[in-house]
Amino acid sequence: MSSRQIKTQSSGGPDSELPTPRHFFASDDTALLSDVDVFDESAPPSSLWREAGRKLVRQPKFIVSVLLIAVILLAVAWPTLFTKVPKNSCDLSKSLDGPSAGHPLGFEKLGCDIFSRVVNGARPSVSVGVLTTLLVVIIGGLIGALAGWYGKWVDALLSRITDIFFALPLVLAAIVFLQAFGQRGGFLGVFSVVAVMAAFGWPQMARITRSAVLAVKNSDFVTAAKAIGVSRGKILLKHAMPNAAAPMIVTATVSLGTYIVAEATLSFLGVGLPITTRSWGWQISDAKTMLRTAPEVLLWPAAALALTVLAFIMLGDAVRDALDPKARR
Amino acid sequence: MGWYIGRRLLQMIPVFLGATLLVYAMVFLLPGDPIVAMFGERQVNAAVANQLRAQYHLDKPFIIQYLLYLKGVVTGNFGMSYSGRPVSQIVAQAYPVTVKLAVMALCIEAIFGVVLGVIAGLRRGGWFDSTALVLSMLLIAVPTFVMGFVLQTLLGIKLQWLPVTVGGEVSVKSLLMPAFVLAGVSMAYVLRLTRNSVAEVSTADYVRTATAKGLSRHTVVTKHILRNSLIPVVTFLGADLGNLMGGAIVTEGIFNVPGVGNALYQAILKSEGSTVVSLVTILVLVFIIANLVVDLLYAALDPRIRLV
Repeated sequence: MSSRQIKTQSSGGPDSELPTPRHFFASDDTALLSDVDVFDESAPPSSLWREAGRKLVRQPKFIVSVLLIAVILLAVAWPTLFTKVPKNSCDLSKSLDGPSAGHPLGFEKLGCDIFSRVVNGARPSVSVGVLTTLLVVIIGGLIGALAGWYGKWVDALLSRITDIFFALPLVLAAIVFLQAFGQRGGFLGVFSVVAVMAAFGWPQMARITRSAVLAVKNSDFVTAAKAIGVSRGKILLKHAMPNAAAPMIVTATVSLGTYIVAEATLSFLGVGLPITTRSWGWQISDAKTMLRTAPEVLLWPAAALALTVLAFIMLGDAVRDALDPKARR
Repeated sequence: MGWYIGRRLLQMIPVFLGATLLVYAMVFLLPGDPIVAMFGERQVNAAVANQLRAQYHLDKPFIIQYLLYLKGVVTGNFGMSYSGRPVSQIVAQAYPVTVKLAVMALCIEAIFGVVLGVIAGLRRGGWFDSTALVLSMLLIAVPTFVMGFVLQTLLGIKLQWLPVTVGGEVSVKSLLMPAFVLAGVSMAYVLRLTRNSVAEVSTADYVRTATAKGLSRHTVVTKHILRNSLIPVVTFLGADLGNLMGGAIVTEGIFNVPGVGNALYQAILKSEGSTVVSLVTILVLVFIIANLVVDLLYAALDPRIRLV
């Protein structure tokens, strides 16, 4: 976007050839710096987000993923909307029975309804993914922003700490840590998985935030804000962070999917969520010994897991396409 | 350039110390007494136990244990496992297998990812492009262990094309299926990266100029588009080698590959501090050095980038 275009805030439709200028700004040489700053503070982010929103709703990828995520979130919040069968009602006499009325996917080894288990598995799996992503955005965003913004020794120190955690593979570190904590039941069990995944997942977010903040640190509008005496902390919050938000959102959406997979991997290895939560990873792990005789018991939770991850990756992809300045034409 | 490498090598020291300290602390916190576990069903002999504790420095405070371990590493002595094997022997046995597996996976993801990505990028918007993008997303979404089990059952047990597990026989054929499973997710990333990079470079001014001055499509693609668009792909592949080696723990478990992941998992279950830390330390070193090489490669491939 050239500087000329920034000067006028167009309100015309997306297809109008020459946008009708509504607000006029004085040319560079006569404008008060404070006016320039007032403009910069609100206009470019809002136009970026508005244009991104317009592009988003036109993408089939976005619509499909949002619909999928809406269904998944419904299952997370109210599983009884989809199945009336309670999650722990199992009948051994029905072991490995095929589908029947009211039980569309049949039964697993212990005679539990597969459909009910898959629907109820959404809550632990998705909530671990969402909570981990939230923690990662907070920790990684904070550390990355401070490192990028303050530079010098702050950057050197924080970047080395980031490197240390980045160099340890997530699953590997999580296995050692969760072994050390031991399996806990209930909320504590869920929290320790979330905490460990966040503890080794934040470096990527920190690096992305840092480079985004570094990129805007030397831009003209930051220099202008500094020149009129806005405090450094306020510039970071009001000018640098909104510009770093786009890459952060994209990374967060895509990594939400990968955290759900990571939780499943840990549960599969026996160090993840407590058994009582019956997450998808645990269900897959439970069914693996019978893959040859009863593959559907493994395939349904795996399909639910894959579909959920797919929905979040697709959403991240759509958001990236909409926010990428290179793709804006 | 020399200064840059020197500074990067110096920066590796705190990362190395921090990562090893972190892993050592985690292993120190593992529950259970490994010395008591060594006695198995028998009565614990206090004198023998104390002797063993002294031998493995387990009677000293945590930080002294760590420093003694570091001293050993610097002098080339990685210590002994609790079963009496030198750790260096375990490392020497496990690493070649995992390196072989990771390199095979890297080749697979490079070949399939780049070829399919280039085709998709050159025909962006077409049916091949859309199919490749959807398939790559599916590949990312299906967890590695599900893919492993399904392939193992299909190709190994039902069709009997490939060996079901690796076990003692480490050959290219037996590692083929694990390598494919390990490469899966990265292959999808390589495909998408290549596709986006090719699509972006295809719209560059110099490509239009090359076409306008009458070069054949073949020359434009090979000399102008590919050379420029593969730079980020090469760097991704370089950095991925470390990820593949560290991420092989699940794949090695499914296919019973006697590599680092397996050795590590056994050592974690037995709370063998020095073995876990030594195996992880080398993984961390591979990761850091691979990243340094990638950064140098980046500057070598793209003359616009200066390392200072």
